[in-house]
Formats: sequence, C-alpha cells, structure tokens
Amino acid sequence: MKSKLVPIAALFAAALASPAIPAQKKYDPGASDTEIRIGNTNPYSGPASAYGTIGKTITAYFKMVDDQGGINGRKINFISYDDAYSPPKTVEMVRKLVEQDNVLFVFQTLGTPSNTAIHKYMNMKKVPQLHVATGASKWNDPKNFPWTMGWQPNYQTEARIYAKNILQTKPDVKIGVLYQNDDYGKDYLKGLKDGLGDKAAKAIVAEVSYEVSDPTVDSQIVQLQASGANVFFNVGTPKFAAQAIRKAYDIGWKPVQYLNNVSSSIGAVLTPAGLEKSVGIITTAYLKDYSDAQWANDPAVKRWESFMKKYYPAGDLNDISNMYGYTVARTLEQVLKQCGDNLTRENVMKQAASMKGQYIDTLLPGITITTSDNDYAPIESVQMQRFNGKRWERFGEVMGN
Amino acid sequence: MDAFIHQVLSGLATGGIYASLALALVMIYQVTRLVNFAQGEMAMFSTYIAWSLINAGMGYWPAFLLTVLFAFAVGVVIERVVIRPVENAPVLAIVVVFIALLVILNSATGWIYSYTIKTFPSPFPKEPLFGNKYMSSHELGAIGVTLVVLVLLYVFFRFTPLGLAMRAVAQNPESSRLVGIRVGWMLALGWGLAAAVGAVAGMMIAPIVYLDPNMMGGILLYAFAAALLGGIDSPGGAVIGGFAVGVLENVLGAYVIGNDLKLSVALGLIIGVLLVRPSGLFGKVNVSRV
Repeated sequence: MKSKLVPIAALFAAALASPAIPAQKKYDPGASDTEIRIGNTNPYSGPASAYGTIGKTITAYFKMVDDQGGINGRKINFISYDDAYSPPKTVEMVRKLVEQDNVLFVFQTLGTPSNTAIHKYMNMKKVPQLHVATGASKWNDPKNFPWTMGWQPNYQTEARIYAKNILQTKPDVKIGVLYQNDDYGKDYLKGLKDGLGDKAAKAIVAEVSYEVSDPTVDSQIVQLQASGANVFFNVGTPKFAAQAIRKAYDIGWKPVQYLNNVSSSIGAVLTPAGLEKSVGIITTAYLKDYSDAQWANDPAVKRWESFMKKYYPAGDLNDISNMYGYTVARTLEQVLKQCGDNLTRENVMKQAASMKGQYIDTLLPGITITTSDNDYAPIESVQMQRFNGKRWERFGEVMGN
Repeated sequence: MDAFIHQVLSGLATGGIYASLALALVMIYQVTRLVNFAQGEMAMFSTYIAWSLINAGMGYWPAFLLTVLFAFAVGVVIERVVIRPVENAPVLAIVVVFIALLVILNSATGWIYSYTIKTFPSPFPKEPLFGNKYMSSHELGAIGVTLVVLVLLYVFFRFTPLGLAMRAVAQNPESSRLVGIRVGWMLALGWGLAAAVGAVAGMMIAPIVYLDPNMMGGILLYAFAAALLGGIDSPGGAVIGGFAVGVLENVLGAYVIGNDLKLSVALGLIIGVLLVRPSGLFGKVNVSRV
C-alpha cells in the first residue's frame, strides 16, 4: 500500500508545482514551445497533378517563414502527402496525419472530392480542416461542420455575379454554356441559373458538356455556334478554356464571352489561346496575376517574385496557382499569429473565424478577408475585369454575394 | 445543314489526330504483336524535346528531324534496356511494364517541364486554306503528314528487305532466326520506328490540343478504338479507322447521344469490334496451326 502511495503523492506535488508555467500557454497535439505541426494532402501525381504546385508553394513559403524565425518563435513543420487526387488515398493520408503524425490541424487539402471524403472524419475528430482548396459552396456550413472552412470565393457566387452582369448589359440574351461534366462545372451552371432566376429557361439556349478525356472541345463549340447564342459562358479548366476561345475565334463566332476565374490566367490560358483572340473576354478575379503587366512594378508582386526565385525556383511564375498558394499560406500565417500562445484546435478555428477585413497584399485592391462564427467563407467578393489584348482592365465595383 | 457539315469536317480533323497515333500503335504491333500502352506518352515526351529545341532557337524542320531521330534512339534503348529482360515473361507482366513506362514518362515530363499548357508551333500557314472556316491549315496539313507517313510505312514493309524481315519476325520468330534474321535487333528497330512515327504524331497533335503532359491520355483511347476498328495490323485500316472514329464521335455526340457519352462511343467500338470482328475492317485474320 505504502509503496503505491508514494508515486501518487509525488504526482500531486508535481501538479501543485505546475502553476510555474505561464497560464496562457495552451497546447493541443501538434503544438509546442518550438513547433507547430500542420498536415496537408496535394495531388503531386495523377490526373490533377498540375495543382500540386500549390502544395509546393506553401511548403516553400513556410520554409521561408522558418528561416525568418517562425511564427511567434515556433517553427512550422508542414507535412504534405501525395493523394494523387484520389479520395480513398486522401482518407488514408489524413488519418495518418491526424493519428500518427499528430498534426494540430490540416490545411489546404486540395480537391472537392478529396475534401468531401474527409469532411465527416475531421468534424468527428474535432480537428480543423482549414482553408480547403476547392471552390464548392458546401464548406461554408459552420452549424453542421464547425471544424471545416473554405478560403476562395465559391463557384456559385462567381456565376451569380456573371448572371447579374449579363442581365444588366444584354436584354435579348441567348446564352450558350460550355462546362466540364463534374461537380465543378455543374456548380457554375447552377450558380448561373440561380442568378438568372425565372429568366434562366429562356436565356440559356444551349448547355454542352465535355469530359476531361476529350482531346478537344471543337465539336462543342460548333454546337454552341449553331445554337445562335450571343453570350458564351466558358466553364473550362485552362487547356479546354484556351481551346474554346481559339476555336470560337477561328470559326467566326463572336459572342460576348464570360470566362470562369479558374482559367483567367493570361500566361496559362489567354497566351496559348492567342491574345488577339481573347480581346473582350470578361472574367472575375481576386488575386494579382504575375503575367498581367499592370502588376509589373507592384511591390507585393515583386516580393512574391523574389520569394519564388529564392525558395521555389522550379515554380512557373506565370502559373497563378503559385500566387494562390502564397496568398493562402499568408492567410494561415495571420491566423497563427493571432493564436499567440494558445495553440489549441478550438482556438485555431476561433481565430480563423474572426478575421475582420484582413487585407493580404497579393489580393486585388478592395478584396478583403472577413469571417465570423456563422460565416466560414473567407473571400466572398471578386472584381469583374475585361481583357483588352494586353492585360485585364478592372471595371465596376468589387462585387459580393 | 451547315452545322452538320461543320461537325463532320471537325470530326475529320480530330480523326486525323487519332489516325496519326493509331499508326504508331499499328507499327509496334506489326513487329512485336504487342499493344504498347506507353506509345502516347513516348510521343508526348518526344514532342517536349522538339519544343525545347525550338525554344532554344532551332528552326522548325531541323528540330523536327532531330526529334524524330531522337525518338527512334529512345525507342531502341527502351526495347534493349526495359523490354528485353521481360521478353519471354507472360503478357500480363509486359502490360505492367508498359503501364509503368506510361506513368514514369508522364510524371517525369511534368517534373521537368511543369504542367502548364504550352503552345507548339505549326509549320503550316496561319490563315486557313482557300478561306474556308471549317478546318485550319494545320489540321489539313496534319492529315497530309499522316497520309505521307502511311505511304512511307507501306513502302517500307512491302518493298524493302528490312521491312520483309521485320514482318517475318512478327509472324514467326523461330523460323526467322533459322534463316538468319537477327530477331532481337528487328524488335529493337520496330520499337525505334514506332517511337519515330509517334514523335511525328505528337508534333502534329500538339498545335491542336496544346502541349501538356496529359495531352495523350484521352487520345490514346480513341487511337486504340481507331486501330482496332481498322485492323490492328493494317496501317491503312488504322488511318481510315481514325477518321471514322472522329466523325462518328462528333456526329453521335452532337445529334444522337449527347456529349457526355462521347467516350463511350470509343469504348463501345473497342468492345464491339473485339466481339464481332477481332481482326477489324481491314485486318488479316490470323490462322495458326497448333
């Protein structure tokens, strides 16, 4: 009996002595005085590996943060695994991150299907699934999924903004839509229909889809031209969007063109399509595009450029995904700064949900990050812009939901 | 009616794409009796080499020639180094090797050149021929190049001793060896030629679909359908099969089954041909004594 009591007494003594540690330092698994462990999955291989560059940019960014002393004196240990854009693999990797690597939270897991696969798991485990890299609208649901938060403007919001603009500018509108036959394409289509309201049935004269396995979308563009549409809503990923722009021009179809933000890069889409063939295209944006000459001397873009050259020299400067990765990593840096020494999972969510008009200087002027307990959509506004043959010209107000 | 003609002609243009890659598939099948799943990725990789040469300031045609030679060499090396050791392995093992080659080439290219799409120059004039708005000069030119390659292949296999030797190796390796043909080298040569034909296809396809590491994924499936439809051992059949698949896909997609099911047309064709007429429209029926 006696021998068992001694260690217990010693424990009590230790517990009584512990107030010597400052009370405000609070840690959950993955956080300590020296380190914050963050988990991530990205498609470094497989069909969507073009997006893997986002994970590489974020890794490079936190390397730079560490070189400069970390966040509040703690190094960032960013653990990023390849999920090949395959949801079962995402589940496997994320469970490894949470249960074996003991990360504080996961950040920027990429892809709508991949994030859907871990959505319930993260909320059951109460581990933050922060700033996911997808534009679906379902990540903004704090009531049912308080541990999941998106980041970028969602596809439906963007499409509603185009609808608003179309109704204002073209009364006798006939819209032809080209969309990728998956959740992403259908989200845009739904947003457009919602935005047009009861005019949708009459205004949309043709909806044609393509599969990612299609070599070209030429046949679809010929169909759209034959439908007599005078407005073209182009919901394609970069390669297909560029093919569509080129084909429309080559066959002499001259509608007003709306291009989804996914493919708004001058370097990766409009240049391959042909700059002279892209004149007049309307899109929305929220990031500064390096390949757009108007930002050539912008100090924020210059800082990004020197970061890229030093920490991620293999990265393509014309690929806007690298600007995206940098901007979202800086958003997280801000969240962690706000957390101070209280690095619990609860506090990470709380701080992520209390951004009040935060501006990150690689966002377009006027676009800010605002969140609250019942608003888990950090960036909700975009700016319309039109291509003039050389660069995007912004017009109108910064528009929100 | 105008829209219909347009769909048919645009189908011919994409059919030309399938035909050119189908030719490379037929080429390798002629010599090895194997279907090489990595054929598309090998063509894509060669096209990146051409792109690098042109970007380094070389003229189009010198770069074109150099790339074809390079592709030929790479084809030979792959056969000697990768395929040789598994030569006598079961077909399934060889298929796994082909798929490994496909994945390795795809990832390596992405790693070296990144995944952003690149434009690839065309040797043909920018303005469409005869002022037509249906097909660009490049699409017409690419079809022309495919036909030239077809004629060259035909002449090579039909009229040269080397071509005859290669056909012999494919049909009966043992007897060929007995009459003094160096079977191993014939196989390597076949790989080299198929890779060279693939490189030409890649350089003709890239200006249409843009150059990116995944450019051949869908095309390879359609090219399979084309090669099977025409007869996997008939170069002429493969080209006609390519045009047929392109036109069929466009017309059915636009007017009958909708765009969502276009790929199913190709897959349906593959299954249908294998079920009904495995030798294809123009292929020889192989009878072997056992």
